[in-house]
Amino acid sequence: MKLHLNQKNIPLLATLLVFTLLYLSGAFTYRGFFSLRVFVNLFIDNSFVGIIAVGMTFVIISGGIDLSVGSLVAFTGVLTANLLARTDMPPIIVILICLLCGAVLGFTMGSLIHCLHMEPFLVTLVGMFLARGVSFMISLDSVPIRNEMFIDISKAAIPLGNGMKLPAYAVTFIVMVIIGVWILHYTRFGRNIYAIGGNENSALLMGLPVGKTKILIYTLNSTICAVGGLVYSLYTLAGYPLAGTGLELDVITAVVIGGTLLTGGIGFVEGTLIGVLILGLIQTIITFQGNLSTWWTKVFIGILLCLFILMQRYLSARNIKDQYHD
Amino acid sequence: MHDLNNNLLEIRGLSKSFPGVKALDSVNFTLERGEIHALMGENGAGKSTLIKVLTGVHKKDSGYIKLEDKNFEASSPMDAAEKGISTVYQEINLLPNLSVAENIYIGRHPMKMGLIHWKALNSLAQKALSKLDLDLDVTLPLSSFSTAIQQMVAIARAVDIQAKILILDEPTSSLDMTECKNLFVTMQKLKQEGISIVFITHFLDQVYETSDRITVLRNGRFIGEYETAKLVRFELISRMLGKELEQAMESSDKKTANDISEKEPFITLDNVEQKGVLKPFDLEMREGEILGLAGLLGSGRTETARLIFGIEKLTAGTVKLDGNPVNITSPKQAIEQSIAFCPEDRKTEGIIPDLTVRENIVLPLQAQKSFFKGITRKEQVKITDRFIDLLKIKVSDREQKAGTLSGGNQQKLILARWMAMNPRLLILDEPTRGIDVGAKAEIEKLIFRLRAEGLSVLFISSELEEIVHICSRVAILKDRKKIDELSGDDISEENIMKILAQESRADI
Amino acid sequence: MKGLIKKKKILMASGSSEQNILYPWLAFVSILLFNLIFTDGFFNLEIKNGHLFGSLVDILNRGTPIMLISIGMTLVYATGGVDLSVGAIIAISGAMAAKLIRPDYVKGVLEYGDQTSLLIVLLIPLALSFILGLWNGFLVAYIGVQPIIATLILMTVGRGIAQLITHGQIIVFEHSTFQYIGSGFFLGLPFPIILVILVFVFTWALTRKTSTGLFIEASGANEKASRYMGIPVRMIKSLTYGFSGFCAGLAGLIITADIKAADANNAGNFMELDAIAAVIIGGTINGGRFSLAGAITGALIIQGLTTTIITRGVPPQVVLVFKAVIIIIVALIQSGKLRNKVSKLMHTGEKIS
Repeated sequence: MKLHLNQKNIPLLATLLVFTLLYLSGAFTYRGFFSLRVFVNLFIDNSFVGIIAVGMTFVIISGGIDLSVGSLVAFTGVLTANLLARTDMPPIIVILICLLCGAVLGFTMGSLIHCLHMEPFLVTLVGMFLARGVSFMISLDSVPIRNEMFIDISKAAIPLGNGMKLPAYAVTFIVMVIIGVWILHYTRFGRNIYAIGGNENSALLMGLPVGKTKILIYTLNSTICAVGGLVYSLYTLAGYPLAGTGLELDVITAVVIGGTLLTGGIGFVEGTLIGVLILGLIQTIITFQGNLSTWWTKVFIGILLCLFILMQRYLSARNIKDQYHD
Repeated sequence: MHDLNNNLLEIRGLSKSFPGVKALDSVNFTLERGEIHALMGENGAGKSTLIKVLTGVHKKDSGYIKLEDKNFEASSPMDAAEKGISTVYQEINLLPNLSVAENIYIGRHPMKMGLIHWKALNSLAQKALSKLDLDLDVTLPLSSFSTAIQQMVAIARAVDIQAKILILDEPTSSLDMTECKNLFVTMQKLKQEGISIVFITHFLDQVYETSDRITVLRNGRFIGEYETAKLVRFELISRMLGKELEQAMESSDKKTANDISEKEPFITLDNVEQKGVLKPFDLEMREGEILGLAGLLGSGRTETARLIFGIEKLTAGTVKLDGNPVNITSPKQAIEQSIAFCPEDRKTEGIIPDLTVRENIVLPLQAQKSFFKGITRKEQVKITDRFIDLLKIKVSDREQKAGTLSGGNQQKLILARWMAMNPRLLILDEPTRGIDVGAKAEIEKLIFRLRAEGLSVLFISSELEEIVHICSRVAILKDRKKIDELSGDDISEENIMKILAQESRADI
Repeated sequence: MKGLIKKKKILMASGSSEQNILYPWLAFVSILLFNLIFTDGFFNLEIKNGHLFGSLVDILNRGTPIMLISIGMTLVYATGGVDLSVGAIIAISGAMAAKLIRPDYVKGVLEYGDQTSLLIVLLIPLALSFILGLWNGFLVAYIGVQPIIATLILMTVGRGIAQLITHGQIIVFEHSTFQYIGSGFFLGLPFPIILVILVFVFTWALTRKTSTGLFIEASGANEKASRYMGIPVRMIKSLTYGFSGFCAGLAGLIITADIKAADANNAGNFMELDAIAAVIIGGTINGGRFSLAGAITGALIIQGLTTTIITRGVPPQVVLVFKAVIIIIVALIQSGKLRNKVSKLMHTGEKIS
């Protein structure tokens, strides 16, 4: 694909620039920052955020939003931990149940949004509280995961040499990004997502399956989110009903920083990947700094999101003016 | 009689009712192979309902549609397109964020091993466009091209879906003259390839330039089918308006007295400019005059109005009120200077459909007062009732939602709102668009009355006939600036068109 | 049949300024009826030391934070927006108040002596909340950010800010006059209820006795047309967010004063849902007509339900599920209405064209 230097690419270039600047400033300020280990850790520590961000990219490109992802991560974790602790269900069935729950929630939300023309934010906000509430119903406390297969999976890794390993869940993240690129760029379903985000009414008149696509987007997103939840429970080896509070903002930020327009129609999974890595870099820098409260991470992420939104608004305002010149 | 075998599409006795109104009353329509057929009628004649029934947006009540002698029924516009009837709408229904190529092939992407074959897609698109003599970089997003090109892309898409019938719904309303010419060339080309075209337009010239036959509808009824070459222009108008020929002539001939006052202009635009939108020009208005802004779409008429009303900011030049320079940067300030504006798009910029008639009328009056000095309910009712009465707004109740009024009554509502403010300058942008003939006449009468009361009116319309009929002075805009002015007896459709035409020749 | 038509007419004639709140009231009454039958002593009211006590007063008293933020949320919702940050603002305002009362808390000195002036403890958190709300409004009205996103930023960042104020600790304090705001009594009624009544009357008068309410509805229903009529749409929008922030700040003060502690992590958690639910139940339209009385009724329903469920021994966190279900049901009913309306509009539209 040819790279045109147009409005579409400016946010993506800005993303790359921010990543490079953050990385370089980290590398120059802190000892040991510029190492393969730190870089690999970016993938490891943010794998679940990244996985969920892939799904969220679809949703935002279609012009929607999903606020339920954080709660769904908690729900998946709590469900997994409790099923494993309280029943003799084989782990693979537990995993399938989790994915199914995600899909059902997403399908329901998508159907409400499409069939009843309800606002995505309202429907997914309800989904957010529903998933959280049900997690509390299952258990109020953190439940550890002691299942051997889960522990094995969490330890499984591809050796990278130098004693470094790429754990299975980081691999899942990378695979998910590749699948995301494939769906968005090489399938009709993916192109329909862009079409809906560009102009839903036109998409309808052009005969595209708008309803099916929309429902599928939310179903897919929630299923991917359940995968993210499973990865998170592998990462923490526990299920905690308060897990993932505020995760939706992290994920939305990663997507927006990655060059996806909040108004829909334009965006890339490749950009989202960089967006996730930028979030990871901020966290890493705060850890390296040592004396900053982790709450600063949230504040920085919020500021960064603000900046990128302001840039998007500025660019789209200029875009409108440019059309007059044509 | 036409050879029956040559009929591609046959509609007979088609009826369609909506609650309380018969939109189509046994309408006939016949489309031959390889012809350009103009579908004519005033607003509310049933043109759009006919198209909607044909393309599956609405279900017919009775009658039959036959395509190539087979019964035809579409379940959706896409279904109709797949069965050979494609529509290109006025507001181009494509996807601005995707590339030109994808816009032609979305939903029908060429695939290779389960993946979208981008190379094939682009070369196919190139080919499809070259059929229309168009050579573009098909990988660029559609939004980077002009409206005219976007329309061509829409046509290319329709043709590529194996269209036998192409419906062009008001395709020329946002094109300039050369773009129209290009479109007509393309239409002729498609016609020669055997595609039949249904052409819907308001512009009579274009009908005579392009079409082979004309079908006229009026009030949901079929009036007649004519060969274009044999139907004189005035006859066409009289068929559409339902007036006798003489009446039509008389009304278009009726001239108002042009008493150009020798008063000082109270508002002067001095070398105003809005970068990229309007080129510098002067304009002045006196009290008690109706100044028309004539020009084609995109000539800067609406933009001038928006500039005066403070919606857009001027980048150079000055606006003077009674000789004093003023800086109007928002509608609020414009209203404070007694300027009022009725926008072109009533539904999205004019009325607030969910609020009541009363609220819609008193809102700007209240906005002028400070937040805490409201108008009492009693006063509101009084004002509302006065204007409902004065303008003969048809409402069942003053607390009726404004959105439930008909187009003409909505327009009157907006006029009432501003009349309640006693403005000095009233800007009317296409006040009669989409309004039935009766309401149109009433609104025209109203404008004359306002002028008599010393108000000055800036009148924008794309119907030259209307401008000639109403205005005492006409400013002619072209290519985003004022190029000439006519007043008094010089105002005629012919003169305006001459000026518009002259300039364009000079440009080339 | 005849009666139905009559009722419809009455509803239409009763006019535009307030939405019909009959159904929400019925819902609230049915919750009370349920308790009358199944909860012993639910309707008992007694006066101790000149103070009114009982389950009903309890619902009112505990419902005060929700009622307050619902009042602010109603106005925001009517402009076509939503404010997800109210919970975070509650946390910030509470944290700020506690921090002002005990500025040295971090050092671990446990002393209850400082008596920061009440004015400062009230004004600074409220002003801060108002400004945070205005920031939301600025992003929405002047920059054009979607309301969900603009307020989502503060929803998450705000909790971070609250944590930074309290340094991640729960600040416990004693402040006799400030505590009155959360647990005092006035004229026999808990003081928070008095506060809600004051805010409600003020807001109602401001919106319904001046043209402000109509401007809010107009701005929400058709922003462009409103601007062309000279209504300062952007200012109105920003101010509604500011007001919503103020209401949340006040709610934060009540909560903090009541429990004599600021818990940045939990104060106001999930309360945005309560407020949105209350507003929707109350019949306010997203971008259009609003009803303050409806929102208060909605808040009472939410609180009544919460109290009922908790008295039946269900863990409070689980109430979330019930609330979610209620919102979706109400939204479903409304969307049904909406669809009818849309199809009707389309038909009348057809008539015109």
